[in-house]
Amino acid sequence: MIGDWIDVGPLADIPPRGARTVPVEGGEEIAVFRTGDDAVYALVNRCPHKQGPLSQGIVHGHAVACPLHNWRISLSTGEALGEDEGCVPIIPARVDAGRVLLSRVGALAAALVG
Amino acid sequence: MDFYERPDTDDGSMIETVAQDGRSHLVVIGNGMAGCRAIEELLARDGTRYRVTIFGAEPRVNYNRIMLSPVLAGEKSFDDIVINGHDWYRDNGIELVAGDPVVSIDREARIVVARSGRSVAYDKLLIATGSDPFIIPVPGKDLPGVIAFRDMGDVDTMLAAAAEGGDAVVIGGGLLGLEAAHGLTLRGMKVTVIHLMPTLMERQLDEAAGWLLKSALESRGQTILTGANTAEIVGADRVEGVRLKDDTLIPAKLVVMAVGIRPNVALAAQAGLDVGRGIRVDDHMVTSDPNIRAVGECVEHDGQVYGLVAPLWEMCRALADGLVEAPTGYRGSVTSTKLKVAGLDVFSAGDFSGGDSAEDIVLRDASRGIYKRLVIKDNRIVGAVLYGDTADGGWYFDLLKKGEDISDARDLLIFGQAFASGGGQADPKAAVAALSDDAEICGCNGVSKGKVVASITGGACSLDAVRSSCKASASCGSCTELVENLLALTLGDEVQAGPKTLCKCTSFGHDDVRREIVAQGMTSIPEVMQKLHWSTPDGCSSCRPALNYYLLCALPGEYVDDQQSRFVNERMHANIQKDGTYSVVPRMWGGLTNPRELRAIADVVEKFNAPMVKVTGGQRLDIFGIKKEDLPAVWADLNAAGMVSGHAYGKSLRTVKTCVGSEWCRFGTQDSTGLGVKIERMSWGSWMPHKFKIAVSGCPRNCAEATIKDFGVVCVDSGYELHVGGNGGIKVRATDLLCKVETEQQAMDHCAAFIQLYREEARYLERTAPWIERVGLEHIKRRIVEDEIGREALTARFLFSQAHSQEDPWAARASGVECEQHQHLGEFRPASALEAVR
Repeated sequence: MIGDWIDVGPLADIPPRGARTVPVEGGEEIAVFRTGDDAVYALVNRCPHKQGPLSQGIVHGHAVACPLHNWRISLSTGEALGEDEGCVPIIPARVDAGRVLLSRVGALAAALVG
Repeated sequence: MDFYERPDTDDGSMIETVAQDGRSHLVVIGNGMAGCRAIEELLARDGTRYRVTIFGAEPRVNYNRIMLSPVLAGEKSFDDIVINGHDWYRDNGIELVAGDPVVSIDREARIVVARSGRSVAYDKLLIATGSDPFIIPVPGKDLPGVIAFRDMGDVDTMLAAAAEGGDAVVIGGGLLGLEAAHGLTLRGMKVTVIHLMPTLMERQLDEAAGWLLKSALESRGQTILTGANTAEIVGADRVEGVRLKDDTLIPAKLVVMAVGIRPNVALAAQAGLDVGRGIRVDDHMVTSDPNIRAVGECVEHDGQVYGLVAPLWEMCRALADGLVEAPTGYRGSVTSTKLKVAGLDVFSAGDFSGGDSAEDIVLRDASRGIYKRLVIKDNRIVGAVLYGDTADGGWYFDLLKKGEDISDARDLLIFGQAFASGGGQADPKAAVAALSDDAEICGCNGVSKGKVVASITGGACSLDAVRSSCKASASCGSCTELVENLLALTLGDEVQAGPKTLCKCTSFGHDDVRREIVAQGMTSIPEVMQKLHWSTPDGCSSCRPALNYYLLCALPGEYVDDQQSRFVNERMHANIQKDGTYSVVPRMWGGLTNPRELRAIADVVEKFNAPMVKVTGGQRLDIFGIKKEDLPAVWADLNAAGMVSGHAYGKSLRTVKTCVGSEWCRFGTQDSTGLGVKIERMSWGSWMPHKFKIAVSGCPRNCAEATIKDFGVVCVDSGYELHVGGNGGIKVRATDLLCKVETEQQAMDHCAAFIQLYREEARYLERTAPWIERVGLEHIKRRIVEDEIGREALTARFLFSQAHSQEDPWAARASGVECEQHQHLGEFRPASALEAVR
């Protein structure tokens, strides 16, 4: 069954203010974030600065601080916040019936091209 | 870990060439203010266009040379005047070659060669060699003890001389000479200034201001000899004095030559570039070779050479615009000067030599020691000299640079901006408000009013925040009042004053937050944020780890650690490396190990293909390159051999380093190894404000380096010397002696009490060294040495807390606790039918 959305797991498996990873065969790993107010975002798991694994950073508000050099990345746009400049590809994500869904097209485009 | 290798360049036979990524290679000769500022300006425009290599003659990072005077005067430390530390070079991918000056340029081959023989090819070359001090050619100029005042090495020489007191002579009564004389006077030397001209600072001050300055300096104990001509410097093996042309002999053990500077053009001249007084450049700072640019004090632009800092900022802007192909051009600079001598306010700008059509407006207030003179030509200010009250210097300079017609305000001009712009009452805020956006606020760092306001509106709500975001007021501090006024103007009541707040999410400082947590009995991070009016929904990466620690410390055994408020290393119980893998360090008590542990480590390295194992500085082994998925299995194997987490990743006890002590060593006085193991068993697993290192040395030879640790024990025949507050990191600090005790138990009790005091009173991410400098050693001694009951209570609190924290986090993870930290949520296989599996 090929749909527009890929089910990657239950929301309950991502801690609030935390993230989990989804490796992509032949592409870049995706980080799926859950904020304190239960919004879900997916970004390529790679800081635009020095490729730090964003999934391991501290999530605050709708942003994550990269664990390597503390760059703050917006979860909604993938752009670096503050003085820093850079952008990481985002993948449309939503929650349906407690399951986390990623956009197939988005995941393919971001993880394979990005 | 940095695994990639650089080509070997030491033998001179290999030449480093263009980066493999195809970017152009920009090589900078000179790691001073001009060279680095040029790169800062370039990075601000385009951080990707060039690969950058900087050669510096001094073995240091980039520092603010004009701040050497406050360092000499003891008002600043070297760290305070560093502009860009090692992390700046690293984070921007800049290679710094410090202490290896370039000795030749091959323009044909586009290669520079350094003194070590190292050759580097360039696409674009930037020469920023600055200037050299001018040494007057008198007999004795080469004697030991005769120095210039140009770099940090000179300051070190002056400080060393001043430590012993005695006589010093400064030759040259200009800006630099007077600042040197001031610093040496403050450091306790008897200083004589010899100046060839009839008045001091004659290039910047008129006769009246020069005289006022001379009187002020004389009242501070300096001897000022104007119209004095140096004949020779006398001395047998080293300098003993200075003889003037009139045969006066002035004794001196130190002579500072500060008579002027000369552009350093040797390298450029040798390479055949067009050189006059300086390296000749066009408006885009390009030399006679289109691939070579030059900026700073080494250049000659439109017949002018500059020895001040402001023109340098302007040149660097024009240079960077040109390098990114958006050329603007440099049109020369009008300069102003401020003397950095505390309590003496002197300002000068422009031309005050007078002339036929020039008119003067002068204000003198002899009793207050104020002298102001404006030189007016065609209704425009062309020069300004201010002595005693320099508050309006920036405004006059702004009018001067803009060439504004001042005829309307002429009557009131000399009384300053507040009066002249109407209002009558002198309101410093109004004066700052009236400045234009491009008026310079911070001369040391070249920051305009517009930039300061932008950084304030961008979230810098306190003086410290402004200093760190745009560097205004971060150097000499003379513009602090201006910056504070801008903060008040821009933010009104929202200005954050006083001690630094914990982070941007709160107006409370660290100490306030801790006090309120205890006073109000708060038990969770959301509660703290609610009750203390946090301005963000769930804090930031600065405050969350701090709050987590403060709660943990206040509520041992009760507070439930918030994993999402832990920095990655403390959440993963391993150290993240630049490639996203982790390094694993098992604990080796007191640095002891055995075959079983070593076998287990060897097996782990092979089983998980760890690419590197390294012996750490803390006497244990670090296994590199472990994937987050493999960590629980690695820990299970290490646990099986009896090893636990070494907490090499935590703000916690790291290692207890020991020497072999009386058990083996012929010099050992006590069983240092045994005591180290006991201390480590007592204190492992404790969370602290920052990392904490301990060492125990068995005799005063101190092989375990106990005197650069947070807590160090040095065994002696009669007992144990306890040392605190040492640090071997960025800023080396030797410990302070806390006290001496007689028994092992006393040593351990004092250690526990000290750790607990540190845990309770230091701010999050504050090491013991800066903490002790902040609160004072006396405070620590009072609490731990003099107050026996208080010490026992501290020890008891530490041991109580330890009863709840000494659980091996690895064992829990290896048994499956929080296994999701090490597993993926799902997988995505685009090519497979079963595309997402869990």
